[in-house]
Amino acid sequence: MVNDRLSRIRACLSNVMDPELPFLTITELGMVRGCELDENDTAVILLTPTYSGCPATDAIQDDIRDAVSEFESNFRVKLVHSPAWTTDWINDAAREKMRQHGIAPPDGNSADKAFLLGKERHISCPRCRSAETKMISAFGSTACKAHFQCESCLEPFDHFKCI
Amino acid sequence: MESHEHTGLLRLGDDALILAQRLGEWCGHGPALEEDIALSNIALDLLGQARAFLTLAAEREGKGRDEDSLAYFRTDREFTNALLVELPNGDFGDTIMRQCLFDQFALLRYTALSAQSIDMEVAAIAAKAVKEVRYHAEHSAQWVIRLGDGTEESHQRIQNSLDRLWPYTAEFFIEDAVSESLAAIGLMPLLQDLQGPWQEAMNRILEEATLVAPEKSGTQSGGRSGLHTEHLSFLLAEMQVLPRTYPGAQW
Repeated sequence: MVNDRLSRIRACLSNVMDPELPFLTITELGMVRGCELDENDTAVILLTPTYSGCPATDAIQDDIRDAVSEFESNFRVKLVHSPAWTTDWINDAAREKMRQHGIAPPDGNSADKAFLLGKERHISCPRCRSAETKMISAFGSTACKAHFQCESCLEPFDHFKCI
Repeated sequence: MESHEHTGLLRLGDDALILAQRLGEWCGHGPALEEDIALSNIALDLLGQARAFLTLAAEREGKGRDEDSLAYFRTDREFTNALLVELPNGDFGDTIMRQCLFDQFALLRYTALSAQSIDMEVAAIAAKAVKEVRYHAEHSAQWVIRLGDGTEESHQRIQNSLDRLWPYTAEFFIEDAVSESLAAIGLMPLLQDLQGPWQEAMNRILEEATLVAPEKSGTQSGGRSGLHTEHLSFLLAEMQVLPRTYPGAQW
């Protein structure tokens, strides 16, 4: 029974979409860090924010509460900060979905700080796949994205920053 | 009498909160759309860091306060931010120089906090903040270099910004009973130990920017003990007016 409750919640969480990237679920983005029972038999959903100030975090918690409360009353959402969220937790399938939606996914892993050492990585254009792109601004439409432009097809696009 | 630990958390939260509020003033007024977005994004990161530290401070204090009561219902004398972050934005050069001076300090402070194992909650917030501040520090340093090593006018103006703001940086590294006791238990680094690495990082940036830090300058301090410039009161008036006028307001 316990497992049934938790697995039902987990299945439900894997259908909650990210409000800023509505084609990706919060589990695909690696934001759900666990779901367990506490000593009072309350299901605790562990959620980690992508960025400290990400305004979507509140909306995501509301969405989780709305979705889970349809079948479960004894649960709560707990924000956890450690370990800090990293783009390494975004799987390959999710990265491909980003590309299909015009967002260049994080390239490589977060241990590679090439960008910060002044050696920009070559981010390929999600539209034409050209490697001839340039960064317009390290800060894009949301905290997690940088703004790029393709020099081949001239498409401006978002790049999901590697952190 | 607040505990040293509480005051230490407030200092971290207040630095981030007040600078976030200042940077937020640029929203809709940036010199270019990209910069408008960048400054707003940086403000948002800082606000997130402030919320985490103020929430932790309020929870541990156990007096029924929360992040909102600390942000909106303290008076200017109760704020513990360094004076630098409350200074008016000035022009874009002033803002970006202030940011550069602060980012380099914040990066060192958060790095040290993320490495200690006395307080894992503080370490977790700091570890997250390090990732964000790395981007901020890169951004502000690149702008200081571009403006300093730019045209005659941009060089002169950002040099003036540096001259004006420099006296406020010494405050980052002034020890007092709070900083010394937190360093003694291994929670926070000795501020004096951060000064050398900060100076080296700034020297590298300023050299590339062809700028020179003033050799002789006074020291402006007092923020850590609640003695602020008049600018903070105006900032707080704007930041706090809504929750003070309509306590508990929600939307």
